[in-house]
Amino acid sequence: MSLSGAWYLGLAAVVFSIGTLGLLVRRNVLVMFMCVELMLNAVNLTFVTFSRMLNDIGGQALVFFTLVVAAAEVVVGLGIVVAIFRRRRGATADDFHIMRG
Amino acid sequence: MTLLFAATTVDALTFAISAAIVLAGAVGVVVARNPVHAALMLVMTLFGVAVLFVEQQANFLAAVQVIVYAGAIVVLFLFVIMFLGVDREENVEEEPLRGQRPLAVVLVVLGLAGVLLLGFGAHWSVGARSVAGASRNQSGGDVAALGRSVFTTYLFAFEVTSALLVIAVVGAVVLARRPGGIRPGPDADADAPATLAPAAGSGTTGQDHDERASADGDAGVAAGDDAVTGVRAESESESESESESESEEVSR
Repeated sequence: MSLSGAWYLGLAAVVFSIGTLGLLVRRNVLVMFMCVELMLNAVNLTFVTFSRMLNDIGGQALVFFTLVVAAAEVVVGLGIVVAIFRRRRGATADDFHIMRG
Repeated sequence: MTLLFAATTVDALTFAISAAIVLAGAVGVVVARNPVHAALMLVMTLFGVAVLFVEQQANFLAAVQVIVYAGAIVVLFLFVIMFLGVDREENVEEEPLRGQRPLAVVLVVLGLAGVLLLGFGAHWSVGARSVAGASRNQSGGDVAALGRSVFTTYLFAFEVTSALLVIAVVGAVVLARRPGGIRPGPDADADAPATLAPAAGSGTTGQDHDERASADGDAGVAAGDDAVTGVRAESESESESESESESEEVSR
């Protein structure tokens, strides 16, 4: 018998908040991506916890799809970063203001 | 906290240790100045979450978590970090948008406090088990239950996922392409297959595809100027073969 789901949900909320904080505070695009991965993982943990609490496999199936979407997102996102790097050096979000307008 | 005492000591201890690992890794991602350190901290968090998955009897997802996230996504991150040479330390004192960081901290703390208050203080309902949903406790364990669910209830979503992966691969190829297309020249035959490999090889098996792409990647590096194209092809084929191995595991 594992711990009550509330503990897992609380932990997931904290990890999600840390990811949000990192996304807002950091300026390195790659680190910002990692923070998005943190948030996705927190949501995955929530899904698995609810899957256990409600005894429904649907939560785990959703985690499966989240993983695929995360993989696709990373591939396209890093492709964009590499494409921008060909034109100018610098990995902070401020360096991308040339994309404005 | 009667909730805590319902669990055995081992479970409580496992949760405490892995929660500490997860939180330390998450904080490390945010505060690490060096992107490589941040990526390694991310691996730590991912392993901690995998342990929590096992603790909740989601064994298959724990394995997929380690293989896909720690084995593929973080490697892709490290690859790009090394490839672009951005593993310098970031100057965190510099703050171009004044007041952004305090504001971010305040907003996040407020949001977290709100969620935790509503979740625990107000005893928010977590809903009831749906009548339509498939049970977790089926014969064959969580792999069988998950496979049955993915290929019956979520079949359409599964098919859409395949379309999403193809679109991601095509998008990455388009992004990696040089503007102006492939130049004719001595390195043209090193360039052309590397660009076409992921799109043309979508029907082949994962291993076959991987081999071809990495061979093309080597050719691209050897050509020197075209390293970018070869490298992109390699990383794309990695994500595609990983998704293929995922679907193989589900069907088994």
